[in-house]
Amino acid sequence: MMLGFRTLLGKEVLRFWKVSFQTLLAPVVSTLLYLLVFAQVMSARSEVWPGVSYREFLVPGLAMMAMLQNAFANSSSSLIQSKVSGNLVFMLLAPLSPLEIFAAYALAAMARGMAVGLAVWLVTLFFFPHVPAHPLEVLLFGLLGTLLTGVLGMLAGIWAEKFDQMAAFQNFLIMPLTFLAGVFYSIRALPPFWQSVSRFNPFLYMIDGFRHGFFGYSDVAPLESLAIVAGSAIALSCSALVLLSRGWRLRH
Amino acid sequence: MPDRGARAGRAGEAAISIQGVEKSFGALRALKGVDLQVEQGEFFALLGPNGAGKTTLISLLAGLSRPDAGRLAILGHDTGSDYRAARRLVGIVPQELVFDPFFTVRETLRIQSGYFGIPPDRAWIDELLENLQLTDKADANMRSLSGGMKRRVLVAQALVHRPPVLVLDEPTAGVDVELRQTLWKFIRRLNGEGHTILLTTHYLEEAQALCNRVAMMKEGRIVALDTTRNLLAAHSHPSLSFGVAGDLPLPPALAARAQALPGGRHRLALGDFAEVEQVLAACRQAGLQVEDLEVGQADLEEVFVAIVSGAAQGRIPS
Ligand SMILES: Nc1ncnc2c1ncn2[C@@H]1O[C@H](COP(=O)(O)OP(=O)(O)OP(=O)(O)O)[C@@H](O)[C@H]1O
Ligand SMILES: [Mg+2]
Repeated sequence: MMLGFRTLLGKEVLRFWKVSFQTLLAPVVSTLLYLLVFAQVMSARSEVWPGVSYREFLVPGLAMMAMLQNAFANSSSSLIQSKVSGNLVFMLLAPLSPLEIFAAYALAAMARGMAVGLAVWLVTLFFFPHVPAHPLEVLLFGLLGTLLTGVLGMLAGIWAEKFDQMAAFQNFLIMPLTFLAGVFYSIRALPPFWQSVSRFNPFLYMIDGFRHGFFGYSDVAPLESLAIVAGSAIALSCSALVLLSRGWRLRH
Repeated sequence: MPDRGARAGRAGEAAISIQGVEKSFGALRALKGVDLQVEQGEFFALLGPNGAGKTTLISLLAGLSRPDAGRLAILGHDTGSDYRAARRLVGIVPQELVFDPFFTVRETLRIQSGYFGIPPDRAWIDELLENLQLTDKADANMRSLSGGMKRRVLVAQALVHRPPVLVLDEPTAGVDVELRQTLWKFIRRLNGEGHTILLTTHYLEEAQALCNRVAMMKEGRIVALDTTRNLLAAHSHPSLSFGVAGDLPLPPALAARAQALPGGRHRLALGDFAEVEQVLAACRQAGLQVEDLEVGQADLEEVFVAIVSGAAQGRIPS
């Protein structure tokens, strides 16, 4: 049993693995570039938290940003490519249940996100050693965060019918939300108004909680972040399951 | 072929059952109430001009879209409420030439098998590749295949889970003559082993040669449904084409029913082949020398044109 699910998951993993130059190596390189540039330009900044330099502060946020973006990219690009080229029918013709389809796309997205995160972390170890204070927390936020954006990518892929709709989703929603989620700064540094606005951004909690796993410091209480991230991931997952069961935009 | 699947249907259960199916796209009514039953073991042709609704009907059977009204079932399993069983029992060759450029031919088939919950069966996949003359392309990327090869992969994909019912939407479009013949030989073999085949094609001679029963669709309705033999008998006649030495005129009795062909030739529709002799005798009596004689068989193309143009009414058993 479950062979259908395992096959779809395997296919989705193989799909990004076969082009790992673009799907794994490229995000690692661009993350490192961010790190080098920002760490250089902002090197004069004082410690963000006691014993945490700006450079160190930057690493987990950048890693998580890459993880979230790649989890999103995986499910969304797979779906939109299959839709536009028409080969989504192969999956739609098969007796796969909505849950199997959901789980396969979500797990493949998480696998890509986590692989990118792991690679970024390993590479940054060459520059300076930094070991997470609470590894389980890092893992938990990593998994929940990539699940959340992986499912968001699935929703975008189900909704979009053309590449430019997908590009709009990515440029006007995903990019701003990740960039304004406190990757490059602690939100305590913002004016009160922008602090409150930031509070509505779910990406903030993923990055903040993840960073808490590294340093034991955060802007938001980690449990609050966990609750918000897990709650959002569950809500999005339920919506995706409902849409898949209805065949919305997939089966006419 | 070890046809576990071919016998999956209960005796007496229709292979394909379509009842009162309607489907619209916006204001366009693509299917206006279709009823059709295909029995197990049939080789069935679904014919109709472009836009008649054939692909729309097949998409509903495949579960790729949902009917606005009516129900569809494969071997008694509803394509909506019992979609898992229904999809396992049917293999669909889509009309569009689609493929996943990330994978090779063999990977494509292994993946498709897995989707159906069947561990990839190397021997069966090899047999499919062999029969569809794809063996030497097994490890080639899908992208590198010609159009005709991609279509054959689609056929292999539809068969990889050994479905008892096979639906082919224009499987021979863009396939060369030789491969068309090997493809049909293979499909015929499957039919001989008990598989039910439903096909659409615009090559009517293929349908005539292969199918025992034919449905013709026009503008979302079935306008004729009968055995190939009955349709031919009712709407198509043998014919006689010939020229006359010196281009002399035909005797009036013949001229009245003759149709002029290019090059001064004449064509006469015949009730049966015995009339050939009568026509020739009439010509002899008028002192005409008949040359370039050709006897034409009844063909489905003529039936199709007659029915689709609305000149003839197809019989639709209720
Ligand atoms: N997804 C769709 N959206 C809108 N209209 C559609 C859609 N699919 C089919 N149609 C319309 O429904 C009608 C039937 O189309 P269909 O593809 O079923 O025809 P067909 O009999 O398969 O024709 P062909 O021989 O050209 O393949 C056509 O008028 C077509 O334009
Ligand atoms: Mg069609």
